[in-house]
Amino acid sequence: MTTRSERLLQLALALLVVLIVLAPLALMVATSLKGDEGRILLDIGSLAAFWVSPGEASLTNYVQVLSSATQPFLRFLFNSVFVVGWIVGVGIFVNSAAAFALSRMRFRGRNLILAVVVALIIIPMEALAIPLLLMVNRVGWLDSYQAQIVPFIAHPFSIFLFYQFFAKLPKDIDEAAYVEGASPFQVYWKIALPLSGPVIATVAILQSLEYWNAYLWPLMVTRGPEVRPVSLALAQFFGTPPPTWGDLMAFSVMMSLPILILYLAFQRWFIQSVVASAVK
Amino acid sequence: MASLSIERLKKSYGAVEIIKGVDLSIADGEFVVFVGPSGCGKSTLLRMIAGLEEITSGELKIDGAVVNDLAPKERGIAMVFQSYALYPHKTVYDNMAFGLQIAGTDKAEIDAKVRNAARILKMEHLLDRRPNQLSGGQRQRVAIGRAIVRNPKVFLFDEPLSNLDAALRVTMRAELAKLHRDLAATMIYVTHDQVEAMTLADTIVVLEGGNVRQAGSPLELYHLPRNLFVAGFIGSPKMNMLPATVSAVAPAGLTVSAPWLAPTVIPVNPGGVAVGATVTVGIRPEHIQAGEGAVSVTGTVGLVERLGHQTIVEIAVSGGGLTALIDGETMTSPGETLTVGFHPKDAHVFDAAGEALTRLVVPEIAKVRKQRPAA
Repeated sequence: MTTRSERLLQLALALLVVLIVLAPLALMVATSLKGDEGRILLDIGSLAAFWVSPGEASLTNYVQVLSSATQPFLRFLFNSVFVVGWIVGVGIFVNSAAAFALSRMRFRGRNLILAVVVALIIIPMEALAIPLLLMVNRVGWLDSYQAQIVPFIAHPFSIFLFYQFFAKLPKDIDEAAYVEGASPFQVYWKIALPLSGPVIATVAILQSLEYWNAYLWPLMVTRGPEVRPVSLALAQFFGTPPPTWGDLMAFSVMMSLPILILYLAFQRWFIQSVVASAVK
Repeated sequence: MASLSIERLKKSYGAVEIIKGVDLSIADGEFVVFVGPSGCGKSTLLRMIAGLEEITSGELKIDGAVVNDLAPKERGIAMVFQSYALYPHKTVYDNMAFGLQIAGTDKAEIDAKVRNAARILKMEHLLDRRPNQLSGGQRQRVAIGRAIVRNPKVFLFDEPLSNLDAALRVTMRAELAKLHRDLAATMIYVTHDQVEAMTLADTIVVLEGGNVRQAGSPLELYHLPRNLFVAGFIGSPKMNMLPATVSAVAPAGLTVSAPWLAPTVIPVNPGGVAVGATVTVGIRPEHIQAGEGAVSVTGTVGLVERLGHQTIVEIAVSGGGLTALIDGETMTSPGETLTVGFHPKDAHVFDAAGEALTRLVVPEIAKVRKQRPAA
């Protein structure tokens, strides 16, 4: 039983953590809404940086970013949505199908493949970047969408998440379906996949975050704004002198929005999945 | 509906043999129950019939056709699982319709079949619910409904009632018996519950260690167990089994004696048993009454369990212990001396190998098979 003072202390600590987490976000949003660059520079270094009075708020920075001819924000945004959409969309089917086979079907070498998949989780992208670049170059995919999509559809951690979920599904369910005449694909498609909503949400959020923020690989395989993602564009924007903080923050806010929307859309399932893996 | 024939069926996992050559013939419309202790292979045998386990050797025929290498769906069977195995994301209607949808059955036909099965099982009002909105008994009904809609040749049940509470089990047992009567389908049922086996079966198959120890009607198994295992397995409380020595052999029976038993003639066919041989005398607790009987045994009362209408008494006698199921009104308590009696015609004798000697006095009831009303 917690006492009132203990609860107050807990609340204060929680608030402190929330403030620390939200501070950069507040700084970003507040700065993006300040039209006057001089004011921004004046506010930085004081608490005023985290706040913009409603009277002063303006969308000037957003208009500037969206109307820039040299930095076509909407094009970059489309590129990112396109690339991440394909990776996540196709990835859900490929990774769940692989996990289904690994968890539900008996074949030679199954355990070895599973061990390799788990081992691949810890290999960082950076370690694979150079050989992958050579391969992509070899097939002539430099400066293309497919160079940013195809190598990342198969995702070991997603396979692992699906594997864990499928492994926990009672075997009787598959067997009942087999007795009723279902093929392994039908069991996957009509039974296992529809049941894995929480995992799909988790995988969608984790993979989207990972590839939305991807930097090194797009930098290696893209040249111009045609296929470049927004993450790379932000760096480019930041590196173009003089740095205008208002524009930069407006750029950052707009870049964060799609991921935020995705999270809000899937958060119920996502939390359900995380809680389920914690308490079961 | 279909007949089934199992010939020298074996199942091994590597070097471990689980089913060791089972022979069994199941008639069209028969209700067969597989019973046995955990690990005896009853579920494995059922799964082999379903096609969920590969057959290592031997032949499985359904309606005369060998089905060893056929997939489950090609065997014309339906199975009800212990865990119900309902699809959690589908409604009751879709759970029942799934098999037919996969087979590409016409929508109107699916609808008619699902509604008919729902009517048989009295669950028309549940069709739109999902499994998590149903009670255990309702879920089991859906699982059975899912089997019915496919109109299979053979129904397989793998301990379907063991997840239900005692009261619901009694209700569902009666419903299953009625279902068998109504559908007149061939049904194979696995359970470890003797009451289910005794009440539902036309034929009980007792399995032990991957072998069939006896197959027969429930009352045949109860009155004429072929060996010590079946004698001990069928009946609750368990049959008393005490060693005795043969002191005389005659066509009318064996005379046996033991420290706990004065020389008594038990009417069994002596077979190859000779004077001086050690045999096992079996007597069911319910055949022992309090007080003197044709044969009387006196001992010290150990445990007393009062069930109300009856009392289970454990009595220590010289050379072993006896369990008696006596009437509920006899006053007795641990530590007392109690005399109980039984009739020699109720006793069973097993030779040194554990095989039963043929009883010469067989109660008429042992020949009774399950009565079915005329269709």
